[in-house]
Amino acid sequence: MSEEHYLELCENPVQFENASSVNNVFFDEANKQVFAVRSGGATGVVVKGPDDKNSVAFRMDDKGEVKCIKFSIGNKILAVQRTPKSVDFISFIPDYPHLECSQECKMKNASILGFCWTNWNEIVFVTDQGIEFYQVLPDKRSLKLLKSQSVNVNWYMYCPETAVILLSTTAQGNVLQPFAFKSGTMSKMPKFEIELPVVPKPAKPNLTERDIAVATIYGQLYVMYLKHHSRTTDSPCAEVVLYQLPREGSYKKTNVLKLNTTGKFALNVVDNLVVVHHQSSQTSIIFDIKLREPDCALNVHQPVLPGRSIHPYRIPLTGLAAVPTQPPVPCELCILYETFSPACLTCAVCSPFASGYLWYLQVKLPPTVNLLQDKGKLMDFLLRRRDCKMVILSVCAQMLNGGDKGGLPVVATVFDKLNQVYKEYLEAEQTYTVATESGPSRGSAARERPVRTQAVIDQSDMYTHVLSSFSEKKDTSHKFIIAVLMEYIRSLNQVQITVQHYLYELVIKMLVQHNLFYMLHQFLQYHVLSDSKPLACLLLSLESTYPPAHQLSLDMLKRLSTANDEIVEVLLSRQQVLGALRFIRSVGGHGNISARKFLDAARQTADQMLFYTIFRFFEQRNMRLRGNPSFIPGEHCEEHVVYFKQVFGEQALMKQVTV
Amino acid sequence: MASGMQEKQYTPSLLSFFVYNPSFGSREGEEEKKILFYHPSEVEKNEKIRNVGLCEAIVQFTRTFCPTKPAKSLHTQKNRQFFFEAEDSFWIVMDTVYGAVLRECYSMYKLFNGTFGRAMEAGGVELLMQKLDKFFYRYLQTLHLQSCDLLDVFGGIAFFPLDKMTYLKIQSFVNRVEESLSLIKYTAFLYNDQLIWSGLEQDDMRILYKYLTTSLFPRHSEPELAGRDSPLRPEVAGNLLHYGRFLTGPANLKDPEAKFRFPRIFVNTEDSYEELHLIVYKAMSAAVCFMISASVELTREFCEQLDGLVGPQLTLLASDICEQYNVNRRISGPDKEPQFKFIYFNHMNLAEKSTIHMRKTASVSLTSVHPDLMKILGDINCDFARVDEDEEIIVKAMTDYWVVGKKSDQRELYVILNQKNANLIEVNEEVKRLCATQFNNIFFLD
Repeated sequence: MSEEHYLELCENPVQFENASSVNNVFFDEANKQVFAVRSGGATGVVVKGPDDKNSVAFRMDDKGEVKCIKFSIGNKILAVQRTPKSVDFISFIPDYPHLECSQECKMKNASILGFCWTNWNEIVFVTDQGIEFYQVLPDKRSLKLLKSQSVNVNWYMYCPETAVILLSTTAQGNVLQPFAFKSGTMSKMPKFEIELPVVPKPAKPNLTERDIAVATIYGQLYVMYLKHHSRTTDSPCAEVVLYQLPREGSYKKTNVLKLNTTGKFALNVVDNLVVVHHQSSQTSIIFDIKLREPDCALNVHQPVLPGRSIHPYRIPLTGLAAVPTQPPVPCELCILYETFSPACLTCAVCSPFASGYLWYLQVKLPPTVNLLQDKGKLMDFLLRRRDCKMVILSVCAQMLNGGDKGGLPVVATVFDKLNQVYKEYLEAEQTYTVATESGPSRGSAARERPVRTQAVIDQSDMYTHVLSSFSEKKDTSHKFIIAVLMEYIRSLNQVQITVQHYLYELVIKMLVQHNLFYMLHQFLQYHVLSDSKPLACLLLSLESTYPPAHQLSLDMLKRLSTANDEIVEVLLSRQQVLGALRFIRSVGGHGNISARKFLDAARQTADQMLFYTIFRFFEQRNMRLRGNPSFIPGEHCEEHVVYFKQVFGEQALMKQVTV
Repeated sequence: MASGMQEKQYTPSLLSFFVYNPSFGSREGEEEKKILFYHPSEVEKNEKIRNVGLCEAIVQFTRTFCPTKPAKSLHTQKNRQFFFEAEDSFWIVMDTVYGAVLRECYSMYKLFNGTFGRAMEAGGVELLMQKLDKFFYRYLQTLHLQSCDLLDVFGGIAFFPLDKMTYLKIQSFVNRVEESLSLIKYTAFLYNDQLIWSGLEQDDMRILYKYLTTSLFPRHSEPELAGRDSPLRPEVAGNLLHYGRFLTGPANLKDPEAKFRFPRIFVNTEDSYEELHLIVYKAMSAAVCFMISASVELTREFCEQLDGLVGPQLTLLASDICEQYNVNRRISGPDKEPQFKFIYFNHMNLAEKSTIHMRKTASVSLTSVHPDLMKILGDINCDFARVDEDEEIIVKAMTDYWVVGKKSDQRELYVILNQKNANLIEVNEEVKRLCATQFNNIFFLD
């Protein structure tokens, strides 16, 4: 069972002291920091983030109860809200004095619901009457109002990745108004209405922040609405409705995630997957909005995998309490179903140590392999995950090693999916190269180099991790091995990817090992194994076991048209001196060939007439080139001239024609 | 071969054909036992013995000069005899035709009956004689000696030109079928009567190809050409998903009386000696041969499974190939009348190509040139066979024709040119041009 937990908690959680009468705990979604404020800050504020860089400890004066506390991006400025009307600021810029200032909200009678940092020095106040966008000027100890907008606000939600604030407006609270912020500018995005299952009468706030989450999935901003079952419709189960908010244009209701149950839920977004935790069953399910369900209507999704609990976590005992012999304490997770934090799982832990923990949730890919039987769907799923490479390669290896009964059609599907992603990357790379080569003047926007994600599984990956060892398996039939290799080559060809030589070599090795020369011959005949010099040389080396390889090799060298020297060498090595000469003459390269090489070869045949012919040919060539039939010293043909005179006599040498 | 010219007024015909083994009747008075098959059978016994004896004597006599290569043919004023030692001590003799046809007779016999030796082992001389009688009685009638020419000498295979991607798709198809129907040992794939893929070894494929293209396919082409309502058209009712059908075995799977018997063939007779069922299945212009060990009994279930699996895929593939072929043809320009009349053959892969033959089946061979010219081609081929060196022969024929034969490594090319008043140099140039356009992707010395 344990290998079925596909969700786990990160290894190093953020540990914090539990909230108590003297200790207030705050969580900042944007920086993922937990603030433990003791006695209003007088006895210390401990800030802990996911890594040590984000952890700070300091003291501040106790000026009343802290309602909200957040660092700006990069821990530059601390904002503390103590009253409903104002926010205090303390500068944390290194090598600067800790200057302090305070800012009241502009709107009269408004009370501040909260604030969000959108930059290292830009902040948005959200009040019940609207929003106010400020720039903090730490050295002047003041704030500058950049923009404001008045609107009645029930509650708000902030997405730090996109710097978008979502405001709940109207009496029912179901009209959401998003604002986007970017370096000093604020833009109003189209508002939209969440369709409520039941419309209460009289109108009262019906949509609460507990039902809404914002997150970026696959680079797009989504508002997720947890729609509990309604008694009026015939669908008894809860579902999550996704609204996509594009930067430009209006929102779209894009996806519906079927939860198939009711109760209390919490949502996370991890690695572009929507994770839904179900309280009563203590299980979690995941959804991939890019995974199309064949048996569902468009954009209605079922969970990718059956529900499983999060992998049990044991809290290591550290510090004073640690006793070396004591095993780690298993902990029971109490997911805080009250708040949504798309990125993290905030948990209160029932443990003997009154501590709270904050974890990142992680998707463990290996268990998904066994839970998702459909290999094509599994590949679609894996290819979109961040750390997928080794898992995908292991799926391929497992699939080929007979673990599954899918056979070649499944192998083909998997290869096609891998190569589609591979192809898209190569194309992007190509476009980038072309764009950069054509200079920065052409093409307005400076292109970014395409990122090579782990999902790009190239030929060398496949060769190293899968095909090479697979082809050496003794218990697999060579027929299947060859079929798989050919299937991979077919798949690469289908998306017009140039096949690397080492794959051909693998195929040839298999065919030669099993004496399947006629098969090899046919592949070459249809140019399935593309021409290359290394391949031609490989074929030449097969000549002794399979004579036709010689012809195949020569044909290939001929087609390459850059291998004329090699052709001459091959022919000379077979003592086809005349053939070599005729060939080099036909391609027009006989002006500058080495006479010595040909004469050497002709001498070796022990055919005197052949030697005579070759000798005479070069004499004539010399005549044409230099007006003199004799060889120049640089050609090192002296011994052949001596031999020629010996055999045919001095007078047989060609005379220089005198005009 | 020059003597061939003098015979031109006679059309060649088969005088006799016999198979004998000299070791079977070595004692005086038992000569008749040597003869395993004799055509025509009505010839008087003593004459049979005389003829066999003469052959045996000639072979024996010539062996004293060259023990490894005894005489292959005997030419007399009236007829020619060709001898062929098919297997150790088994001799086949036929008059008046090329040795190649003789060898082919044996290969075809072997494809469907196995070797003489095996028949002897299984049932002695009686079984062998029965088999010979059964096979050659019909086969010799289908020989059309007058239309045999150079192509019969080569016994080549026409390969279907295809792009890499479509070829890989066919590979993939073959591999998948062989995987899911693991009974299948070998597969061969043909399109338009031209070979694309052979899982059989070359020599076996060569004779199987000959059988398919000259005997099986022509017999089955009529129903396809026939109209929709013709009674000749096979039943396709109830199965509109694909056009697949069996060319061997059951004509109609739906028929409750259907028999699931397939022709048996013998391959790899040199080593593993396999007897196989030959299933030929066709969808549109694509034909696939599936070969299954003869020790397995083929059932209705198997045939239905094969039909269900292969039919739809093959139909799709056939239309893919057709489409691709048309695309390629459009790219390479309209199908104009070939300017050159030539025959090309590669000994290495048995690939042959002819623009001289319009259509070649067992019964008719339509060539676009005069038989005399075809004879010259045969003569040049004969000359080539004598030496290993590359060479080129240019012949000026009696009419205005020039005949050029070129041999480069294992390839032979024969070109027939009809140019009035052309000289040797012009002819040579013309052939060079042909090589540059038609054979630029192979290494062909000029």
